[in-house]
Amino acid sequence: MGAFSELANGFATALTPENLMFALLGVLLGTAIGVLPGIGPAMTVALLLPLTRSLDATTALIMFAGIYYGGMYGGSTTSILLNTPGESASVVTALEGNKMARAGRAAQALATAAIGSFVAGSIATLLLALVAPTVANLAVEVGQPDYFAVMVLAFIAVTSVLGSSRVRGLASLALGLTIGLVGIDATSGQQRLTFGIPELADGIDVVVVAVGLFAVGEALWTAAHLRRRPVDVIPVGNPRMNRSDWRRSWKPWLRGTAIGFPFGAVPAGGAEIPTFLSYVTEKRLSKHPEEFGHGAIEGVAGPEATNNASAAGGMVPLLTLGIPTTATAAVLLAAITSFGIEPGPQLFDNEPELVWGLIASLFIGNAALLLLNLPLAPVWAKLLRIPRSYLYAGILFFASLGAYAANASPFDLLLLLVIGALGFLMRRYGLPVLPAIIGVILGPFAEERLRTALQISNGELSGLITPFSTMVYAIVVLVLLWPLVRRLLPRKATVPVLADAVHEIEEAHSHSGTTDAVSVEARARKGAEKPNGSDGS
Amino acid sequence: MSSASSGAREQGRSELGVALFLGGLGVLVIVQALLLEESLIARGPVGPRTVPLVVGGLLVVVAAFLAVDVLRGGRGEPEGGEDVDLTGRSDWRTIAMLVAAFVANALLIEPLGWPVSGAILFWGSAFALGSRHPVRDLVIAVVLSVGTWYLFVLVLGIALPVGVLEGIL
Repeated sequence: MGAFSELANGFATALTPENLMFALLGVLLGTAIGVLPGIGPAMTVALLLPLTRSLDATTALIMFAGIYYGGMYGGSTTSILLNTPGESASVVTALEGNKMARAGRAAQALATAAIGSFVAGSIATLLLALVAPTVANLAVEVGQPDYFAVMVLAFIAVTSVLGSSRVRGLASLALGLTIGLVGIDATSGQQRLTFGIPELADGIDVVVVAVGLFAVGEALWTAAHLRRRPVDVIPVGNPRMNRSDWRRSWKPWLRGTAIGFPFGAVPAGGAEIPTFLSYVTEKRLSKHPEEFGHGAIEGVAGPEATNNASAAGGMVPLLTLGIPTTATAAVLLAAITSFGIEPGPQLFDNEPELVWGLIASLFIGNAALLLLNLPLAPVWAKLLRIPRSYLYAGILFFASLGAYAANASPFDLLLLLVIGALGFLMRRYGLPVLPAIIGVILGPFAEERLRTALQISNGELSGLITPFSTMVYAIVVLVLLWPLVRRLLPRKATVPVLADAVHEIEEAHSHSGTTDAVSVEARARKGAEKPNGSDGS
Repeated sequence: MSSASSGAREQGRSELGVALFLGGLGVLVIVQALLLEESLIARGPVGPRTVPLVVGGLLVVVAAFLAVDVLRGGRGEPEGGEDVDLTGRSDWRTIAMLVAAFVANALLIEPLGWPVSGAILFWGSAFALGSRHPVRDLVIAVVLSVGTWYLFVLVLGIALPVGVLEGIL
């Protein structure tokens, strides 16, 4: 009841002609930028962040809702037509989607992705509207020590993504935390890591870090290894689906929503695990399992729905706790704070117009996506043919423009280059970028929570221990020690679907090379599993 | 075959450099934290130094683990992508030209203005990336830089330096 009247108010905010225009503009820009190869949703949001500087906060966030969904859909289009997942969440889409496209069914793959995203996004946004106020109410009760514990969990969770190397994840997190330390300490007023450079006293602007790590790092890395041959883009007509496609798609859409939303909503989720879970589930339940690996429509419908549902689910921790679970959500959080708005459970009470306007525009962005993107698909496909020299020159051009516009300081441009060089190194040595960006954005918040908690307890470390935080720390320890714990568990205790998903993730990574790293640990685990597997058979 | 394995060995050695970089950065963070004066208003064990000390310590520990992982044969996997061809070596000439175009923009943006420096950035980057249509590139670069200048200044109300073209634009 409360949620629905608030949501109605939200629609009243979002449907003013001006806000509606910005939502549609966001979807168009988001898709257009997101569809460009090499540009994932997070980079799209980071590059477009400066455009919203002069808007008021509500309008800006409404535009971001459009950019967010548009960027994600653009990423799926690239995956299907070029076999180039822009981020880990669309790796699975590329598995079956690109096979479908090669078999001449690109239009159907794009259609099931678009309609599935719409269905999943709408249901998941409705769930968000219902769940988020309750979570926010609960979260208001949560104390500073609990907050700090949840942030520690978020740090550890992003570094322990399945299939990648933990050491390299932690290294990336530590780099991000270090960048977040630069500047004047808010509590004591002392300068930390500024080396007497006045431009560093206010800290490093998050826009500069995000654009540097994503856009400049990616452009430099790709430039160093540019594939100099014509790009092979599959031509596409207007997306459409026949009766059998619909029959095979609607259940995966719904199942994908059910898998994606809860995973997105947990402050340790991300979209990679649920999309793989969805893929494996569809493969098991399909009446045509033999088509998997050769372009099964269920393998596009399920994961795409999951991806969108988990994106909406990810808004739950973002809006209620101020904790991002994906790179894109982290950049959104940076956008929220850049307007001087304090994220956290008070957001629903302090800024109801903003929050509900944002939720309503998630619905609008979703609908706009469907209306715009089905007819525009052939246009987007043409964008994939843009000459690579112009594409990456353009990325550097707009990255510089955005970073300069943020503070009108040439110093920021040099900083951008340094951080871009760091992004280059991270790509070269398989350090994932996500933990760094989470560290930069969440690190200062976590420190503030820690110190407030200790001031309340008058400096006693026991002030950090509450029943809730103890539970969270137990989960943190479990995640950290998971490789050991898993060895102690009896074989039967691991859920078979989950084990399959892990296997698929490792397979996909070794093919596409999207991730991150193979470490000794992962190899040892594979080796250890083999005898077990043969025991079972 | 042999060149591939020597390439892998070369990466192994250079990856130790990453561990060294992380360790060195960690030491730097710790030293800088120790140089801070202890704050008077902080109560208990956590002052402005504490978090930098923890982060610096984390960097040093991670550096050690990474070095062990590399020595035991673990390798960071370079990131792939549709436009990325990992079979060759890094193309440092392209990188150097891109960095030159980028730095030129940073240095020239205030004296010459964004419409000029942005065009230099785009044209130089496109040239570095192998485009050999100097006139067409120049037209695109000027349209982009002048267009974005008008977009930011007139539509978005964000000031960008106009530089030498003051009074013309």
